[in-house]
Amino acid sequence: MTTSHKPDRRDFLKTGAVVAGAAIAPGILFYGIAQGRAPEEGASSLVRWGMLIDTSKCANGCSACVNACNHENGLSGKTGPQDSQWIRKLNIKHLQTGIEHNLPMLCQHCANPPCVDVCPTGASMKRADGIVLVDRHICIGCRYCMMACPYKARSFVHEPLSDQNPDVPRGKGCVEACTFCVQRVDRDEQPACVEACNADGHQAMLFGDLRNPESAIAKAMKAYASVEVRGDLGLNTGVRYQGI
Amino acid sequence: MTDVTCFTADCKKSKLFWGLLALGGLVMLSTLSAYFYIEHHGHIVTGMNNQIVWGLPHVFAVFLIVAASGVLNVASIGSVFGKKIYKTRSPLSGLLALTILAGGLAVLVLDLGRSDRIIVAMTHYNFKSIFALNMIFYIGFFAIVGVYLLTLMDRKLKPWSHPVGFLAFLWRLALTTATGSVFGFLVARAGYNSALYAPMFIIYSFAYGLACFLVVQTAMYKWSNIQIDENILGRIKNLLAVFVAASLYFTAVLHLTNMYFAKQWDFERFILVEGDTYPMIFWLGQVIIGGIVPLLMIFSPGAAKSPARILLASLLVIVGGHAQMYVTIVGVQAFPLAIFPGYAETSSFFDGVVHPYSPSTLEVMLALGGMATTFLLTTVAVRILKFLPIDRLDQKH
Amino acid sequence: MARFAYWLKLAALLGVAVTFAAIPLRQATADAKLPGLENRKGDKCVEDVDIIRRNHPDLLKHHRIETLRHGIRTTKYSLKGCVECHASAKTGSVASAKDDFCVTCHAYAGVQLDCWDCHASKPKTKPVQATEQQASPTMNPVQTGGANQ
Repeated sequence: MTTSHKPDRRDFLKTGAVVAGAAIAPGILFYGIAQGRAPEEGASSLVRWGMLIDTSKCANGCSACVNACNHENGLSGKTGPQDSQWIRKLNIKHLQTGIEHNLPMLCQHCANPPCVDVCPTGASMKRADGIVLVDRHICIGCRYCMMACPYKARSFVHEPLSDQNPDVPRGKGCVEACTFCVQRVDRDEQPACVEACNADGHQAMLFGDLRNPESAIAKAMKAYASVEVRGDLGLNTGVRYQGI
Repeated sequence: MTDVTCFTADCKKSKLFWGLLALGGLVMLSTLSAYFYIEHHGHIVTGMNNQIVWGLPHVFAVFLIVAASGVLNVASIGSVFGKKIYKTRSPLSGLLALTILAGGLAVLVLDLGRSDRIIVAMTHYNFKSIFALNMIFYIGFFAIVGVYLLTLMDRKLKPWSHPVGFLAFLWRLALTTATGSVFGFLVARAGYNSALYAPMFIIYSFAYGLACFLVVQTAMYKWSNIQIDENILGRIKNLLAVFVAASLYFTAVLHLTNMYFAKQWDFERFILVEGDTYPMIFWLGQVIIGGIVPLLMIFSPGAAKSPARILLASLLVIVGGHAQMYVTIVGVQAFPLAIFPGYAETSSFFDGVVHPYSPSTLEVMLALGGMATTFLLTTVAVRILKFLPIDRLDQKH
Repeated sequence: MARFAYWLKLAALLGVAVTFAAIPLRQATADAKLPGLENRKGDKCVEDVDIIRRNHPDLLKHHRIETLRHGIRTTKYSLKGCVECHASAKTGSVASAKDDFCVTCHAYAGVQLDCWDCHASKPKTKPVQATEQQASPTMNPVQTGGANQ
C-alpha cells in the first residue's frame, strides 16, 4: 500500500496486485480472483442469503461467534444495557421438561421484516438478496424498529464512536444490527461468526443461498427439521434453527 | 377569544405576562441545555437503553400529542354539533390543539438519535410505516386547525367554520387512531398488538384533552378575574366524567381480553400484580388518581359551583394520563420479550429478565420541554391575538 | 407602550439568536486560508478536479445508494477511496485536524459534514495485522458453506 497508489489506478486489476502482495487487503484481492458476482453487478433477488444453526452443535460457554462479530464489525464487546450486541449467545431452558439449548441469536433477516415496515423514513431496508440493513444516512434514531423487532436483534448507538472499521461504518444516534457481514458476503466470504464457529470445529452455523437447491444450506434444510423463531408471526426468517 | 383573553396590556397585567414568559423560558432553557448535552454525549447519559428504548420523554410527548387532538373536541362540539357554550370556546380550543401538539412533537424530535436529520424525516416517507403516516397527520392537523382558527376569527370566513370544523374533527379522529396504532401495530410485544389501542387512545384523548382545556380555561379566568357560569361548568364537568368513565371502560376491556388469552397471562400478571412498580402506577396512578377520584369529585354535591374542585379533578386526570402513558410505554417494554415462548431465557443481552428503567435528570428536563413549549406558545398567542383588531384581519382577506 | 416594549424585547431576543447562529460561521471564515490540497497520493483523481470539486457530494451520494441499497461494490466513487488517497501524512486522517483534506475545504466553504460520525476517516489501520487475521479465512481450504455456490 505504501507504493505510489495513483487515484486513476483504483482499478485493481491494473495495479501491481502481485507487488502489493500480502500487504493488500485480501478482500480487494478477491475482486481479481473471485468466481462470484462482479462488483458492478449488485445484489440479486435470485439469491436469498440464509443461515441454518444446529443448536446441538452449539457449545455451552463458547462465544467464538460473538467475538468474531465484535472484531469484524468493530463493536466494543461490552455488554452493558447501552452497548451494542449484534449477536449474542442465548441459553433457553424448557419450563416444563428443563431441557436446555444454546444458540446464537442475531438478526433473523426476515422476508417480512417488522423493522422495515415500521421505519418512518425507509432507513430500515431489505436488500434484493434478503439481507436486512439500516441505511444510517437516513436513520433518524427514533428506535421504532427496536420496539417492533420480535428478536431484540437491534441496538442503538448510545455514544460517539471513532476508529470504525472502514468497511463497517457505524455511529452515534443510529440503530444498527447484524448485517450478515454484508461486506464479506459481497466478496464471496462467509459471515465472521460462521467462519469462527467452523474454525473452532463446531460447525454449528451454515451460511448460504436458500434459493439455490445445490447449496449446502438448502440441502441441509431439506434433510433435517428446522424451525423459525416465533414462526407464529409469519415473518419468514432467513435464519433457521435445528435441534429445538 | 373575548371572554378569556383579558390578561394582557388592557388589563394592566403586563408584569404577570412577562413573569409567566420568564418562567416558561427558564424551563425551556433547561430543556434545551439537556437536549444539547444529550446531543453531544449521546443517549448514554440518559436512563434509556437497548431494552427500554422509549422512556420518560416519550411518555410526556405522547400524552401531549393525544391531549392535543382531544382538546380540539371542545371546538368540534361547538362547530360540528352546534352547541353554543362550546362555540365561544372554539378559538381557545383550536389554539390549544396547535400549541399542545407543538409541545409534544418538540419533545419527540429533541429525543431523536439524529434530531439534526429532521429534514430527512420530513422528506423520506415509508408509507407502510404508521409513524410516517403520523407525521403526515401532524402536518395536516396544523394546517387544518390553522385554517379553522382563521374561519373562526374572520367574519368573512365565518360561514366556512362549520365545514372546516367538521374536517378538523374527522382529521383528529384519524390522527388519534394513528397514534394508538403506533402501539397497536407492534406485533412482537405482548402488551401491544391489539386493535383496541386505536379507539382506546381516542377515548383517552377526549378525557386528557378536555382536562387540559379546563385547566387552561380556569387559569385564564383566574388571571382575568372572570367568574365562570355555573351552568356551563356543570355541563362541561359532566362531559369530562363521561370521558373519564369511558377511558376506564376501555382499559378494563383491554385487560379482560388479555386475561382470556392464556398466552397473555404472564404479561397481565406482570402489569397488574407483580411487575416492579408498574402495577402500583397502573392501579394508583391510572385507575384511582386518574379515574375514580376525579369521577367522585365531579359527582360530589356542589361540584358545579366549585371551579376549584373541577380544576383539581382535571389536574388529577392529567396526572393519571401520564401514569397511563408510563405503564403503556415503559411498562410494556420492561416486560421481557418472549423470543422462545415456553422457555426460560438467559443471555448477555438481558433476555428473560425484567428491564429496569430509572430516568436521569436530563430526561426529566427534556420531557418538561413539551409542557413549556405549550405554555409559552399559548401565553404569547393569547396575548398577541388580543392585539389583532378584527378590521385588520378584514383587510388581509 | 407595553406593545412597543414587547417588540423591543422580541427584537433583542432575535438579535441574540442571530449572534449565536453566526458564531460558528465566523470561526469558520476567520482562520480559513485558501484550501490546500497537499494531502494526496498520485497526481490524478478519479475525475477532473473541476468535476470532483463541484459534484463530489452527488457522486458520493449516488454511490452510497448504489452500494448500500443495491449491493454494487464498484470502487471508483467510494468514500473509502477518497480516504485512502487523501489521508494526511501527519494525522493519517482526512478529517481529524484543521489541515486535513476534507476539513480545509469544508471549513473554507462553511459546509458542515457528518460523514465521519460513522465512516472511518483513516484508511484501514495496521495493514499487517489485518492481513494476518483476514488471510486465514480466505486461504482456509476447510471452509465449507454456500457463499460460493
